[in-house]
Amino acid sequence: MGRPKTPEQQRYQEHVNQKIPKSKVALQCAKAFVAGGIICTIGQLVHDFGEYTLMLDEKGVAAFTAMVMVFLGATLTGIGVYDKIGSWAGAGSVVPITGFANSIVAPAMEFKREGYVMGVGAKLFSLAGPVLVYGISASIIVGLIAYIVAK
Amino acid sequence: MSSFMDYFWAFVIGGLLCVIGQLLLSYTRLTSARILVIFVTSGVVFTALGLYEPLVKLAGAGATVPLTGFGYALGKGAIEGALESGVVGAFTGGITATAGGIAAAILFGYLNAVVFTPKTKK
Repeated sequence: MGRPKTPEQQRYQEHVNQKIPKSKVALQCAKAFVAGGIICTIGQLVHDFGEYTLMLDEKGVAAFTAMVMVFLGATLTGIGVYDKIGSWAGAGSVVPITGFANSIVAPAMEFKREGYVMGVGAKLFSLAGPVLVYGISASIIVGLIAYIVAK
Repeated sequence: MSSFMDYFWAFVIGGLLCVIGQLLLSYTRLTSARILVIFVTSGVVFTALGLYEPLVKLAGAGATVPLTGFGYALGKGAIEGALESGVVGAFTGGITATAGGIAAAILFGYLNAVVFTPKTKK
């Protein structure tokens, strides 16, 4: 990813890496581990509710879990709680699908003053767009390869 | 209900995937947008190689809730679609499997952005 680095940039990156206190990174990793773990445990509860209480089939459970987690992430972002979780949790709040929901709501809210079409409507996808472009394109390629291999 | 061990593995694997994201954030200066793209794409690739399915069997939501799990759903859907209905299935399978999540993201994302305004930063 990204542009190739010039030697100066590489030296700068190494310099930056040396300056980052190891303990600070370790602590942030521990926070990300705990926060991510908790979010996934909530996901497992939602999954089990879908499977054992709502009696959904396998595909239904997967969709239900994603929908509920996205709802939680989007709503917590709307009321301003997800940002607070994020400042503690770091990547623990970015990597789960709730972080994907956050990346949709946050820029759309921010650019509301630019109107409901080019503000909210367009900015919803400023971060989610790339995720969908790369994810869906990769899945189509993988599907085509599977088709050729199976033939 | 799932056993205690199911929840244990959901917590541990979900947590570890986030630690990988944190290490990328701390050491490579990648933006979180790039990390999301890397996670979803690697989810698709690892699924195609048959490496992600065992993780889902072990950890359940610990593997499906992180964005790699979104890639897993996309990749699995596309492969199943391709095997069932050929080239058309390769195109429709991924989005079909993830339609619920994408649709929810659009609707709930839109509603929240319309209803709420960003908190003023202190």
